Amino acid sequence: MTEQTIKMPDMSQLVVSSSPHYHDRDSVRKIMFKVIGALTPAALASVYFFGWRALMVILLCMVSCAAFEALFTRMMGRESALNDGSALLTGMLLGMNLPVTVPVWMCIVGSLAAIGLGKMVYGGLGGNPFNPALVGRVALLVGCPAAMTTWVKPSGCGFAKWVDAATGATPLALIAQCDATSGATRQAADAVAQQYPSVLDLFIGNCGGSLGETCAVALIIGGIFLICVNIIRWQVPVCYIGTVALFTGIAYAFHPCAHFNPLLHILSGGLMLGAFFMATDMVTTPLNRKGSVVFAVGCGVLTSVIRLWGSYPEGVSFSILIMNALTPLIDKFTAGRPFGVMKVGRRASSKEIEAEKNPTKK
Amino acid sequence: MITQIRFYGGIHPSEGKVSNKEDIINAPLQELYTVPLQQHIGAPAKMVVQKGDHVLRGQLLGEPGGFVSAAVHSPTSGTVKDVTTCLGPAGATLPAVVIESDGEDKAADPLPPFENWQDADPAALKARVGEAGIVGMGGATFPTFVKLSPPPNVKIDTIILDGVECEPCLTADHRLMLETPEKIVKGAQIIGRILGVKRIIIAIELNKPDAIETMTKAAEGTGVEVAPLVVRYPQGAEKQLIYALTGRKVPSGGLPAAVGCVVSNVGTTAAIYEAVCLGKPLYERVTTVTGTPVVKPGNYRFRVGTLYRTALELCGGVSEDPAKIISGGPMMGMAVYSLDIPVMKGTSGILLLSRDELVQYSPSACLRCGRCNDVCPMSMMPGILSAQIEHQKFELAEKWHVMDCIECGSCAYICPAGRPLVQHMRRAKAVVNAKKRAAAAAAAAAAKK
Repeated sequence: MTEQTIKMPDMSQLVVSSSPHYHDRDSVRKIMFKVIGALTPAALASVYFFGWRALMVILLCMVSCAAFEALFTRMMGRESALNDGSALLTGMLLGMNLPVTVPVWMCIVGSLAAIGLGKMVYGGLGGNPFNPALVGRVALLVGCPAAMTTWVKPSGCGFAKWVDAATGATPLALIAQCDATSGATRQAADAVAQQYPSVLDLFIGNCGGSLGETCAVALIIGGIFLICVNIIRWQVPVCYIGTVALFTGIAYAFHPCAHFNPLLHILSGGLMLGAFFMATDMVTTPLNRKGSVVFAVGCGVLTSVIRLWGSYPEGVSFSILIMNALTPLIDKFTAGRPFGVMKVGRRASSKEIEAEKNPTKK
Repeated sequence: MITQIRFYGGIHPSEGKVSNKEDIINAPLQELYTVPLQQHIGAPAKMVVQKGDHVLRGQLLGEPGGFVSAAVHSPTSGTVKDVTTCLGPAGATLPAVVIESDGEDKAADPLPPFENWQDADPAALKARVGEAGIVGMGGATFPTFVKLSPPPNVKIDTIILDGVECEPCLTADHRLMLETPEKIVKGAQIIGRILGVKRIIIAIELNKPDAIETMTKAAEGTGVEVAPLVVRYPQGAEKQLIYALTGRKVPSGGLPAAVGCVVSNVGTTAAIYEAVCLGKPLYERVTTVTGTPVVKPGNYRFRVGTLYRTALELCGGVSEDPAKIISGGPMMGMAVYSLDIPVMKGTSGILLLSRDELVQYSPSACLRCGRCNDVCPMSMMPGILSAQIEHQKFELAEKWHVMDCIECGSCAYICPAGRPLVQHMRRAKAVVNAKKRAAAAAAAAAAKK
């Protein structure tokens, strides 16, 4: 073997760094675009049911969120973080939380609130305690309640022009209305109940509501995709929706007329969108699995309470925001004991070690 | 049959064990060997030869420099050409002896072999392990003699042989199990004799079915059990391995002996057999040289002191310029910047990464996705700890159990924001340890007054 034929490494090109030298190659950007992809079926369904203006609203929110993000990072003298896709996702979620009739200026103001108040004042992605899209939605809901609660009934004939659609109440508004009238006469309550969409209509999204929240089947498909690619934890939607079903079920058992059956509850309003896409937001929800379950159950309880007894017909946004505020506390109390640590702040006693040595013995 | 208990967390990186079909090749004799006197954790060995001395293969070059230390032996016969220093894989400068081979490779008189080790005095067997300079060959290089000397109040009841080799790319232990299974089984029984323990388990992951088969066959009738384990990194870590096999949790800050276990790498175990039954001190080991840029990846039996440069030449050099050269595996190995580093007792692999495989972190803010929590085998909170450490809150990090980190790197591997999580932990551990040492030194100084 001659020395000349062997190529040896060029030592000047070596990188020296601390281990690990492998990475699973996932990135924030990939995560964000996977979530955007998972939202796409529901967005397409909204275009189908509410017409092309739905697409306009969603795209407008995405573009303005991205623009505000670019503006604010520039003002803060930071490198642009646009390519991580988080602003686009915030915009998409915001757009899907608005009614189709929303004016253009409200989309832009909502985006400003979402990115500015929801995210950048806390230093950008990762620092925000509240879900930015929900901050944007709630700002608009509190500021312009009339425009935010004008709903159109979908025409149900595919890509229809929104102007042709008739206005109508959302299913949850009907429930609230029914609650109010049930005290008076049974007939009045039944009359309201008659207007209620069928379970099938609710499932495929043929009912009034915010753009992205109506089509339960598309949201479930997107949610299952996210669970499969390990971006969200299945425990969150299951516990959230389960808790709502349980609570409204108990209420229904006691007062079947005033409180609609749990199936209608879980299929209407923003519950599916919230449970799959907003209560699972990484930044604003607890770090570990146990905490996520506590968070989801809390969201479920609050949503049920607001829906059944609150003055708003819908409680998903508020309940998620309230639980967002509790996240640091949940994190603190659900922090696990590290392996081999017996109790926080204490080393194991010899007795405990003996117990650990013989796990089968009691 | 042993039922495996799934330890919390863990990851499954791509295995990349391309050299698992390559037989172990004895590396040819070299002209020069640079033998470091510190190839182990603890005090460096004290040199017992001088420049110009003639030494034989297996002759003592350095005797243990303390209780936690190990002897170092000459890899071949020749003259002590120089007493100098050399570069270690971690970047530290180590005292070293350069041996110029005389080409005869003449062996020194072997230590007297134990014919009947089954009946031999355990203390004598243990002393032999010390004499032969055996250290943990999985990479930690903890002197085995010390490991086999548990405090008198501790009762050891289980010996675990680590044939897990959970680091991707490395195949040295795998090949050793295939080619010398009887040495490993006998070595295990010797450890059992030393510690007076009957229960011996050999742990092998299911990605090495041939090794499981071979070892099961070799262990037949000896009472040694083979435990196949579902593949998961870092299953080869002591604490996780003990938990997976016995359900016992080594207490925080404690050693495996605290739960009655001793864990020994299969390579170390084979070396113990050779020391006891053949009288051969530890001066060579099997090392995997692998990676995409390597022309002929393989498993080689190198004498200690062979330079990485020589090792790479034996593999036919490289087909492209590597972006990284790593001493050890990709998860916990150390990137080096020179090829003038000798193979030591703890060198399990030399891994080269191509430019495509290179990971360069460009960390962004923590997304709080919680994946680091999900994969941390010590169930710590790497995300929170890393934020504390970035703000230099080392005392707080200590309260959050940063000292329990085993530095397996699972958190940094999984982090989508590319945050250097395990690197932060290492920094905090170093700071806390330095503080403890300073406090101890201050206390000692105060006591003197």
